[in-house]
This record gives sequence, C-alpha cells and structure tokens, in this order.
Amino acid sequence: MAKAPANKSKSSKPKFKMKRDEALKFYRDMLLIRRFEERAGQLYGMGKIAGFCHLYIGQEAVVTGMQACLKDGDQIITGYRDHGHMLACDMDPKGVMAELTGRADGYSKGKGGSMHMFSREKNFYGGHGIVGAQVPLGTGLAFSNKYKGTDNVCLTYFGDGAANQGQVYESFNMASLWDLPVVYVIENNQYAMGTSVARASAEVELFKRGISFEIEGEEVDGMDVYAVKEAGEKAVKYARSGKGPYILEMKTYRYRGHSMSDPAKYRKREEVDDIRTHHDPIDGLKERILEEEFASENELKDLDKEIKEIVKEAADFSLDSPEPDPEELWTDVLREVESA
Amino acid sequence: MSIDVLMPALSPTMEEGTLSKWLKKEGDKVSSGDVIAEIETDKATMEVEAVDEGTLAKIIVPEGTEGVKVNSVIARLAEEGEDASDVDDAPDKASDASGVGEPGSEESQATEEKDESGADAPPAPSTSTLKDPEVPDGTSFTDTTVRDALRDAMAEEMRRDETVFVMGEEVAEYQGAYKVTRELLQEFGAKRVVDTPITEHGFAGLGVGAAFGGLKPIVEFMTFNFAMQAIDQIINSAAKTLYMSGGQMGCSIVFRGPNGAASRVGAQHSHDYSAWYANVPGLKVVAPYDASDAKGLLKAAIRDPNPVIFLEHELLYGESFPVPDLEDYTLPIGKARVRRPGTDVTLVAHSRMVGFALQAAEKLAEDGIDAEVIDLRSLRPLDTDTVIESVKKTNRIVTCEEGWRFMGVGAEICATVVNEAFDYLDAPPTRVHQKDVPLPYAANLEALSLPGTADIIKAAKAVCEGM
Repeated sequence: MAKAPANKSKSSKPKFKMKRDEALKFYRDMLLIRRFEERAGQLYGMGKIAGFCHLYIGQEAVVTGMQACLKDGDQIITGYRDHGHMLACDMDPKGVMAELTGRADGYSKGKGGSMHMFSREKNFYGGHGIVGAQVPLGTGLAFSNKYKGTDNVCLTYFGDGAANQGQVYESFNMASLWDLPVVYVIENNQYAMGTSVARASAEVELFKRGISFEIEGEEVDGMDVYAVKEAGEKAVKYARSGKGPYILEMKTYRYRGHSMSDPAKYRKREEVDDIRTHHDPIDGLKERILEEEFASENELKDLDKEIKEIVKEAADFSLDSPEPDPEELWTDVLREVESA
Repeated sequence: MSIDVLMPALSPTMEEGTLSKWLKKEGDKVSSGDVIAEIETDKATMEVEAVDEGTLAKIIVPEGTEGVKVNSVIARLAEEGEDASDVDDAPDKASDASGVGEPGSEESQATEEKDESGADAPPAPSTSTLKDPEVPDGTSFTDTTVRDALRDAMAEEMRRDETVFVMGEEVAEYQGAYKVTRELLQEFGAKRVVDTPITEHGFAGLGVGAAFGGLKPIVEFMTFNFAMQAIDQIINSAAKTLYMSGGQMGCSIVFRGPNGAASRVGAQHSHDYSAWYANVPGLKVVAPYDASDAKGLLKAAIRDPNPVIFLEHELLYGESFPVPDLEDYTLPIGKARVRRPGTDVTLVAHSRMVGFALQAAEKLAEDGIDAEVIDLRSLRPLDTDTVIESVKKTNRIVTCEEGWRFMGVGAEICATVVNEAFDYLDAPPTRVHQKDVPLPYAANLEALSLPGTADIIKAAKAVCEGM
C-alpha cells in the first residue's frame, strides 16, 4: 500500500502567508488545468483524442507552485504527463488541445500528440515519451545555461517510476560533479502505471536518492501549492546561485488511471476518495481563500465559469482546426543546411 | 439547455460496450469529476466521470444494457436553474450541449473512412544535387593521418564557433582514448573539452539537452559499441524531436567515434552500426574513408543543424592521406565520390571497405576487369544517383560492407538498383559482408569472418563471368 501524501489531515497543514492576488492566480491556474484535463478526457471518450493520453488531475499544485519560482529564461522539461506543465508555462490551451486532437494548429502541427509538445517561446522543452529520458536532457539544458554564463535554472520533472531508471542517476552524478543549475522535481504520485512505489523501490523516500551524489533533497506536500512554492523557491535559489542541483520530492496523487485505458484496479476506490475529499489541492486552496476572504463563493463561481469558457473554446478550436496538410508528412525531418 | 452525457470509448479501437451500472440516479446532483456510471468492455471496467455539473435529469440507457455504441447519449444533465422534468429523453437528440463539435457526425465519419482507405501519401521531396567544392589548381597537399585530420576539423570548428565543444570519456586529460582529441584541452580549456564519467546514456542525453539549449556538442564515444547504451537518446531524443515538435526543437549535435571491427577485440567491441543508424529518418550518417574526407565531412557535420552520426574506423586512424592545404575545407554531406572510374563492374563501399575495394580493382584490372569504385561517404542521405548512374554504365554491382549482410547497407543499395536500373543489370546484384556470426577472437576465425579484398575480387569475377 502506498503512503498517503505527507500531510495526513488538514488540521496539521502549516499555514503559509498568502497574498490575495497570488492565491487567486494559483486557484485559477490549477482550475484551468483540472477543467482542461477533464475536457481532454471527455474528448478522448468521444474518440476525438487518440493514442495515449495521460491526465494530470490531482497533481495541479506541483506545476502551479513551481512555476511561481521561475524567472525569464528558466527552462521546463518533463515526461509524458505533460498537459499541466504546458498550461502552467502559459502555453495556449487552444494549441495544446489542438495537438491532442492531432490538428494543424496544435503546438507540433499535429505531429507530436499528447506526449510530444514543445514551445521554444515559453521555454517548454517537452513532452518526452520515454520514461526518464527527459532527465539527461534537462541536465543538458542546465549545462547549456552554465556554459553560456546565464543564471537560468532548468526544472526537470519526472515521476516515481522514472526515479528507477539508470539514466536518472547518471544525470545526478554529472549535475553534481559539474554544479549544474538544475532542480529535479520528482512527482511522486504513488504509482508507476499500476505499480506502487513500495512495490518498485527499495528506498521509497525518493528525495534521498541524491544522497550518494551529494545532492540535497527534500520531501514536499505536493497537494499544497504554497508548500510547493516555498520549497521550490529555496531549491531554485540554490541552483541559481551556482551551488548545483537540488531534488524536490513532491508527494502527490493522480486521481485518474495511468492513461485513459487504465481502470486502476491496483488501488482501492476508498484511497482515491480519501485523497479527493481530504487533500484536493484546489478544494484546499478554495477553503483558505474563503477563510481569508480574498473572494466570495460567488466570485469563485464566476471564475469557474470563465475557466470553463476558456476550455470550451479550446475544445471547439481543437475540433475546428483542420487535419495537417498531407505535405506536412515530409517536413521537419531534417533542417535545411544553410549554404556557406 | 440540457447537457448530453455520451458513452465514452476506453480506447481508440472500442466501438461499443456495456453500461454495467449507474452510480447516480435521476434527480441527483453531480459535479465535474463525480463518478456517475461504470462501463465495461471485454477488457476492462471503467468509471465514467461527469465533465459538467448539474442534475442528472434523465437516464436514457438503463444499466445492464449491452452493445451501447460509443458516443451515443446515455443520460442528460439539467443545468443549474433548469427544470429536470423539462429535459427531453429522446435518444437521438441533435443538440450539442457538450460544446465539443459533432461527435460521430456524417462529416467526421466520412473523413475517418477516407483515411482508413489509405489515401496516397504525397511524394517525397527530391534531394538537391550536391557537388564537392573545387580544389583550386595549384593547391598544395599535406600527408595527414585520419586521426589528425579529425582533430584539425574539430579544432578549426571550435575556433570558429564558441558554442562548439567536445565531450566524452578520456577526451581531455588523457588526450583521447585513440588520441583523436590530442591537444584540444591545451588550446580550448576544460570548459570546452569535457571529460565525462563512464556514462554513455547519461552524457549522450546531456549532449542532446545542451543542443536543445543552443550549443553544438561533439559527443565522442570511445567506440560506437558503447553507444548502444545511449542509442535511445540518439534516436528518440536527437533524431525524432524536430519532427515531433513540428520543427521547433532541432538539435545540432555530432556523435562520433570508431565503428566496426578493430583487431582481435572480440564480438562486443567490433560491431558495425552503419545499417542501424542509417535506418533512422532524422539522422545524418557519415562514414568517411580517407583523411581529406574525414576532415571536410566532420567540419560539415559540426556545422550541420541536425544530429549527425560520424562513423570513424579505428584501423584507419593511423593511415595517412593527402589533405588539401585550404583554410576552410568542407564537403557536402550526402554526396558519394567516384574513387576509380571503370566500365565493367561497380564496387560500392564505405569506410575501411573503400580501401579493400580499391585494392580489388587494381587486381581485377590485371585480369582485364575494369571496376568502378564508389565511396559512399554518407549513408544517410544516400547518394543513390551516383550509384545508379554507375550501374547504368557497368551493368553490374557488388556492394561491400564490413557489417552483416542481413537487413544491411548492401541490401538497401541492391533493392534500389533493382528498382531503378533493373533493365540495365546483366547479373544479379551481389553483396560482400561479414559472416553472419558474432565476430570471433581467434586470429584465423576473425580473418574468416571479416570481408576483405579477396572476397570482393571473387564477387566481382562472379558477376562478370561470361562478360
């Protein structure tokens, strides 16, 4: 049985200092991801999205909190459960949804799909389908930052499953050896497909996985956007100052199956219900927003409506966008060589 | 306006399923994310979650119904403020309150059917005609080893472009396992000549990431045998990402090192990967023979905006060839070189086999057979024009490769020749290759396994029989 996220009950949650604008932005950003993913799930059910589609529902606080720690030029890279990261990077929901439906207006012109989307403009480096492969890549982005003498940091996200890939440790070693500005964010959602952390990992406290590389690590309540932000700020500051890599293990949870075709028989319904009822990152923040009187119930309802409208527009756009031109079959295989 | 709840698909191939259970009843309030029903196929049971919120006004498909078509309406929700009793319970309601286009409409069905019928793909774009640059008359040449030519190419490009750096095992302090990076550390310093731990998968991926970040890495593998540890990053990350990103994310990177058999090092250190990498769209694959090509092509590879696999040969490193004394000698990638013109048979080779083919041609000339030798230089793109043109003249072809025959470079060339010059052939295309076994250690067995001059002569004579 997997461990529940770090904080067992609401009463034990530490109270973070909250500012109105930031709290409402976090709420809005998380809600956008949730509604977007719900709609993506529906479009998948309707056969409009095909192939693999891994939803981020439940994990919204992780990317939302981490994104608040970044500055211009910082990079983000992740694995295949990537829709939330893209929205957190301020990529256009329309372009993301149109990629999911495999249309010309998708971020990859319909040639990448759910797991392979990128935005140079927003410094989002994918979207990678091979478990753990983004870890050396993110480490390489950090290498390029150091080489070029910038003070930018690369956030390299991966899951509890990827944490058992050898290339992760090859990366840890080089990142620490060369003091590369990378923050490894382990999104421990408790299950690698259907295998719980305890069934796959000899050391289940994944934040300790950097010890033999002399990388500092910390466990974070990934269901609390403020806990994420606080830990993220510390880690990003550390990496930015030239001290090298940092590991954050986000204890989080995915409500849906691994992918759309996963009925999630490896865990009990009660386990999911318990997290949803007692640890939901969006409900938790909503409660605190109301407590702090940053907004009224009605104002939050209006916000919800606004988000729904954005997501509906994205869905409509993704279905109205044409399929890629057949000529696109042959483009983007190689870049043209500039003649001397 | 009421909201339709549709029968979802569990997978792209699912067409219908069983609505096994309703977990909400008419009149219940539902919020997005609530589980409202369970459906099953022969493979799995799944929960249906509400996407919208409202009141479950009408259950249209009762629980236990089998063969429910995907995208048919299974229930309707009344929105806030709407009277549930006003909600229509007709199963074929045309409205689209879910706000997501028209699932299963005739138009979209038609598109899907057309796709399945296998519409013709547009033709592949034709490749441009490449030419070697002219070496001006009066240019002097200096005899240079392949090893030093490669080194000079890297040094020149590193002087020219600050973003070029070299990384790999033993490239810096040790001066290169095969001394190809000799003295680069002294000139460019440890920032640009980076010793890595023994961690091929890791540093290949790190190199690709650095290339995504705008640098131009030269990643040296001590041998390509060790790049098998890293092949996922080379193919899945370096080769495919430009395409998967719709052109946004290319990476300019060179993976280089010795490929193929050295001498008496056994099966694990003697693998020829030519066919492996040449199989992959999104890569360029270069395999030069002499020092001049090694230099001109490596410089081109470093400047190329794409990932380039640069296959060297350990047994050629110490061989000397004349290299033109030109300030900036670069060659186009994708152009073969006719090394010896001839009229009777075409010998096609790359890397070290070019030397054997040239030796074979000399011997064949003594027996009155005039062989044309083509050095492919690049395996992807493959200069098939030069090969076809030659076969149209000689009417015979022997392909020569150090690797295995099965699914190999020669197989690709022979298939192309059969396709494009079938009527010109006077004999079956023939292949020279390594024997189909892991390379043995014993001197006599190793010699039996590897192809050489004698094999080429034998094959050429066979296709020329009765000429």
